[in-house]
Amino acid sequence: MVERRPLLQAAAHLVLILGVLIVAFPVWLAIVASTHPQEAFQTGLIPVWPGSHAVENYGAMLGQGLSNLGAPPLGGMLWNSLVMALVIACGKIAISITSAFAIVYFRFPFRMAAFWCIFITLMLPVEVRILPTFKVVADLGMLNSYAGLTIPLIASATATFLFRQVFLTIPDELMEAARIDGAGPMRFFADILIPLSRTNIAALFVILFIYGWNQYLWPLLITTDEGYYTIVAGIKRMAEAVDAIPVWNYVMAAAVLAMLPPVAVVILMQRVFVKGLIEAEK
Amino acid sequence: MKRAVFRHRLLPWALLAPQLAVTFVFFLWPAAQAGRQSFLREDAFGLKTTFVGLENYARLLDDGEYLNAIGVTAVFSVSVAVLGMAVALVLALAVDRMATTARGYTTLLVWPYAVAPAIAGLLWWFIFNPTIGLMPHVLGRMGIDWDHSLNGNQAMILVVIAAAWKQISYNFLFFVAGLQSIPASLREAAAIDGAGPFRRCLTITLPLLAPTSFFLLVVNSVYALFDTFPVIDATTEGGPAQATNTLVYKVYVDGFLGLNLGSSAAQSVVLMAAVVALTVVQFRYVERRVEY
Amino acid sequence: MAAIALQDLGKTYAGGAAAVSGVSLDIADGEFVVLVGPSGCGKSTLLRMIAGLETVTTGQVRIGSRVVNDLEPAERDIAMVFQNYALYPHMTVRQNLAYGLKNRRMAGAEIDRRVAETATMLEIVPYLDRKPRQLSGGQRQRVAMGRAIVREPAAFLFDEPLSNLDAKLRVTMRGEIRQLQRRLGTTSVYVTHDQVEAMTLADRLVVLNKGRVEQIGAPLEVYRRPETVFVAGFIGAPAMNLLTAARDGGAVVLDGRPLPVAAPPGAGPVVLGLRAEELHPVAPGTPGALDLAIAHVEELGAQRLVHGHVAGQPLVAAVAADLALADRLALGLNPQAAHLFDAASGRRLA
Repeated sequence: MVERRPLLQAAAHLVLILGVLIVAFPVWLAIVASTHPQEAFQTGLIPVWPGSHAVENYGAMLGQGLSNLGAPPLGGMLWNSLVMALVIACGKIAISITSAFAIVYFRFPFRMAAFWCIFITLMLPVEVRILPTFKVVADLGMLNSYAGLTIPLIASATATFLFRQVFLTIPDELMEAARIDGAGPMRFFADILIPLSRTNIAALFVILFIYGWNQYLWPLLITTDEGYYTIVAGIKRMAEAVDAIPVWNYVMAAAVLAMLPPVAVVILMQRVFVKGLIEAEK
Repeated sequence: MKRAVFRHRLLPWALLAPQLAVTFVFFLWPAAQAGRQSFLREDAFGLKTTFVGLENYARLLDDGEYLNAIGVTAVFSVSVAVLGMAVALVLALAVDRMATTARGYTTLLVWPYAVAPAIAGLLWWFIFNPTIGLMPHVLGRMGIDWDHSLNGNQAMILVVIAAAWKQISYNFLFFVAGLQSIPASLREAAAIDGAGPFRRCLTITLPLLAPTSFFLLVVNSVYALFDTFPVIDATTEGGPAQATNTLVYKVYVDGFLGLNLGSSAAQSVVLMAAVVALTVVQFRYVERRVEY
Repeated sequence: MAAIALQDLGKTYAGGAAAVSGVSLDIADGEFVVLVGPSGCGKSTLLRMIAGLETVTTGQVRIGSRVVNDLEPAERDIAMVFQNYALYPHMTVRQNLAYGLKNRRMAGAEIDRRVAETATMLEIVPYLDRKPRQLSGGQRQRVAMGRAIVREPAAFLFDEPLSNLDAKLRVTMRGEIRQLQRRLGTTSVYVTHDQVEAMTLADRLVVLNKGRVEQIGAPLEVYRRPETVFVAGFIGAPAMNLLTAARDGGAVVLDGRPLPVAAPPGAGPVVLGLRAEELHPVAPGTPGALDLAIAHVEELGAQRLVHGHVAGQPLVAAVAADLALADRLALGLNPQAAHLFDAASGRRLA
């Protein structure tokens, strides 16, 4: 369009740059803090430009952690977070896609009842049922285990709904043609539905990985054994102890490390993720 | 509904089994337990439990702390939603005017979505730390004394900023998508009809963005109600003096720390009702699409 | 009311692709000019350049006496009817019509008067308080036109406004558009890919291909004397038969046999253009006739279209509906009605 408003254009750029700075600001400070030695924080003002202790700080955190303050080596925690995030992401996708398949492509008694059962979980976030769920997990002996960390979080309505929507928009003719070609349901599922859902699966993977990695309350509650701490839940423990002796540089190093994997995943798969996020919520 | 279906009867149940099993064991059963628990009271030693009917609920209405929590939650939710959405909207409108740089700006604005709420809280706590934080230093120069462990309002500001900061990316993405779904021809027609950029924004763009805005309002409300637990836990822990004790945080504090199971369960049930209401609203009213 | 002058107009996109090049056109005040051509020929881009929705790379656009290259769309005093109508979905029909006038700070009473007058003209008064989604395609189309008419601009710009309507409605609407334009006398530029629409609506046609002008002229003129092979094959339905032939001793020769068509001097192959309706059946063996091997026949009721091959090249002939047919048909041609083009350049010869 022919438009003679360079001022407006400049203003828009300015707004965006400001936005980017505001958004990046806390993380920038964290990165900066993680590169300074401990003494830098005792003078009363956090530094705004990077220091020179990056390697020592990160090495220390990954290796020994702040074990005297109740935080195990970061390496272990990062590993736990990774396992948790991957299992939740893959598990949720697998469970939801098969459930959606069952609900959309079959007619059987109590089909709608099953649908509503799944739907209800949308209205039961973890925070609302923590105590009884904790009790169930404890009774099943799943505290302090990967199973306990992941399984209770695996049944998700949003993923099921997304796949249901995707399947509903796939033309009936595909399924009829497959049937004529002699394919049974599982074959149709594996050979046709799953390939067609590839982008959705990829996008969901990003969203669910982040969801699993960023879990806070649940891991906090059910892990008392240091060996099973996840990094996001573990951060709180570290920061709690920080009031006594400021080891901000270590804590910020931990925070940066905790942020790195999900952010990397989002940036690498940005296009797929953005598209899938919009569709997942529709 | 699909016209083409398979006729198997048992296979679907096999496919649904894993989800239904987990749903039942870890969702429905505990939820029912919470419901049941809300009608009980344990005595001080945990030896006897008595059925007390709706007394736990009635107590809530009398409980100053609970009413305070309702107020806190309301202020918190509205502030987070408004702040998060307003900033995101301005950024989305700005990006909408960009052609080639749009992708770059979007990447730079999207990644906070991946940051855990707990970490977001920690980061802002770090910035606002009364001893070594940057902001108190700047504010001190301007004559404002900052200590959120003493001043309830400041604590609220802290958690609101931390919670909203994280949501900006999410809102931004949806606003951008909403703006892109407005056909270019509508804006061209408005331009030909004599509307400049601001007038176009006010009379055409924003009204057509209403469905997206409403949707985001519901999502942000749910977010503020629940997903912000880590933000509060990692920063103010409900304090000082209940100033940031939101409803969901209170459930945790009363149940896990205070071991008042009955009351905590009752609060859970109330929250559940709130979520149900919000979900109904979302599915009923937000599913309307504007036709172009 | 104004004349529009396009001077050597061109648009090249950032990647180097030229959407429009070297277009010069003078549109008289009150004239109805149709830009026609296949998809991708640049007609919409050209229209949008006149509107100010696309920037101009080279050349000038003049509306009235002003050069408008650097003027925003709102400042050019034009109105546009979009292909998908672009009605504001959250406003009523009345508000849609009034929007452009409100933006120009017109007095409320004047706005009401104009809206009422236009609504009556287009017979959309009953819909004034409805929203666009409650209207049918044809009604929306009328509202879109109403929005343009109510502004009383210097020129109307139409961007394929009838493409989204079903065939029958299209025929009705194009008649209405034509009558409306005659009545209002507003200069109009209309874009379409449908050559029937182009022929019936235009005072003058501009045939475009790959960003360039192929021919400008009144519909009948373009029909009877196409300047290039492209125009010959584009205008007219069924499409003109275009046969590759040779020149030999002053006559056109097809597959070794001379035809009664004079060939202008020069060597090199020619393209012979023959319209389906200019071919008439003759007795088999008549000298200079075309020997058509029939592939299939289309019955149209009023006439028949006989499809087949002559000397290996496809040919269609329009014959009377009751003609008896075997598997071959001898067709005589009218030398006056034959068109000759240079096979290399595509330009008309004589």
